[in-house]
Amino acid sequence: MRIKGRGAERAFGPVRRAGITFLLGLLPLFFILGSLHFGRMGLSLSEVWASLFGGEVSETVRALVLRVRLPRVIAASLVGVNLAVSGAAFQGIFRNPLVESRILGVSAGAAFGAALAMVLQSGPAGIQILAFLGGLLAAGLAILLGTAFGGGILVLVLSGVLVSSFFSSLVSLVKYFADPYVQLPGITFWLMGGISTVLWHDVLPLAVASFLGVAGLFLLRWRLNLLTLSEAEAQALGLHVRRLRFLVIALGTLLTAAAVSVSGVVGWVGLIVPHAARALVGPDHLFLIPASAGLGAAVLLLFDNIARTALPTEIPLDILTGLIGVPVFFALFMRQIRRGGGWK
Amino acid sequence: MSLLARAISFAYVPEKYVLTEVTVEVERGEILFLLGANGSGKTTLLECLCGVRVPQHGTVLLDGRELFKLSARERAKYVAYVPQFPEAAFAYTVEEMVLFGRAPHVGPFGRPGRNDWERAYRALALVGLDGLSRRPITTLSGGEKRLALIARGIAQEAPYLLLDEPDAHLDPANQHRVLSVISHLAKEGLGVVATTHNPNSALLYGKRVLLLRAGKTLAEGAPKDALSAELLKEAYGIPFQIVGDGVGPRAILPKVEG
Repeated sequence: MRIKGRGAERAFGPVRRAGITFLLGLLPLFFILGSLHFGRMGLSLSEVWASLFGGEVSETVRALVLRVRLPRVIAASLVGVNLAVSGAAFQGIFRNPLVESRILGVSAGAAFGAALAMVLQSGPAGIQILAFLGGLLAAGLAILLGTAFGGGILVLVLSGVLVSSFFSSLVSLVKYFADPYVQLPGITFWLMGGISTVLWHDVLPLAVASFLGVAGLFLLRWRLNLLTLSEAEAQALGLHVRRLRFLVIALGTLLTAAAVSVSGVVGWVGLIVPHAARALVGPDHLFLIPASAGLGAAVLLLFDNIARTALPTEIPLDILTGLIGVPVFFALFMRQIRRGGGWK
Repeated sequence: MSLLARAISFAYVPEKYVLTEVTVEVERGEILFLLGANGSGKTTLLECLCGVRVPQHGTVLLDGRELFKLSARERAKYVAYVPQFPEAAFAYTVEEMVLFGRAPHVGPFGRPGRNDWERAYRALALVGLDGLSRRPITTLSGGEKRLALIARGIAQEAPYLLLDEPDAHLDPANQHRVLSVISHLAKEGLGVVATTHNPNSALLYGKRVLLLRAGKTLAEGAPKDALSAELLKEAYGIPFQIVGDGVGPRAILPKVEG
């Protein structure tokens, strides 16, 4: 009296998923070493190694590695982790593999905060703080609006779109009033994304936010699985759905806003990386969160290396992620359609 | 020990009641079948009984305690709800899906442990799906998905089990398997409420039936009394005939002209 397994389409078991997750977690280490080695001034791997671990090497090289490249490489990794993990969490609670943290207007809010800081000439710390507050404000507004109209997922998405376009208009307003020769180029360039100006003191707050956000979401890993069910099912299974959803949004916003405040707006990573990670390790957040983190760091390092070495001047990151991300997304989309899988 | 809805009324839109003063009680150890035309309020009634929807009037009592004063998690330990279709947005495997039933027994930061896996597998074996445990739920047939959801409800191990059309989309063998599993669970002491569009399921496996029409109780009682030709006609709007009345198994069929 049992239905035989049809063999094909069996998913990977937990052991193999854990193995792939572990490999993806190690991936950034290789990319970090590679990124320290790459650059306009060619360094050998042994010079990189010596600078990091106190070997015989010239002071110039050591300074380049430790004061310029290392903070940038660490920041790039953390930005990648934040975008990918928040993307995974947002895809889970919105029950849709097409969304990322831009959905609640977090990025637009953070962009507005940063633009305002630049016009007010409040310096790099001011940019970070206002970008962060702007992101939180936007997500808060989207949630408030969504809750006022019933709090369902669809209403929440709609409020996110509204808040997002409202903050985009505010950014345009700030740009309109900005000094066209000094401030406007700065704002425009910052909005296009990039990590070229990162120093050690930018990295610390980013690292704290990354740790809090990722650890919080990882603790909720199994609850996150349950949130991908319909609201009625999750409620009937004993979840306080709204409360849990807001907690996840708060953690995701923390991650996104921290990333945007350092790197500007970098799109697509938060959408494609969790998607790819899910294809590799399955939808269980126990594996999905670490796998997204590893893959996200590696992908952002790869983009940042291209950004700083491909042309004589730096290429803004968002341009690169858009140019590469959109075709990749399209390919993923087509594959899903061809397999006959639904795109829910 | 019973799950009792006392004179509950529920409206999705203010003043447009889908349920009007419905009273229904299921005791531990018995099966109650809910029948009624499409849109008569069966699913809404189930959702009120498990606490997903809060009726505007009336109360729901769980073993004498008010259902809506309990926390969601406490409710889920007592009442399990099996919806019509699984609505997972991602391709979880059958075993992962059934493990979700252990949610009320797992802490907020925890994951299901060995004990939970054992119970999930016992539930899978009960519905005969243990051969498919590693298959993504999205690749199952409609009937297999249904069985997986029922296994999830069983794995929840609540004393009351509410099922929305457990016998729909299943072949006769699987219908029998599901309904006899449910009967077995009731004999073990569970209180079961199941909606169905097949009056014969209620005749074969039920002891008690509630017939709804437009959100109101039309009839309640033993299947052969509550599912009379007259009452069925009133509920569904077409004539029915009762076959084998008095001798042998009974069956209810629509009356076909000519």
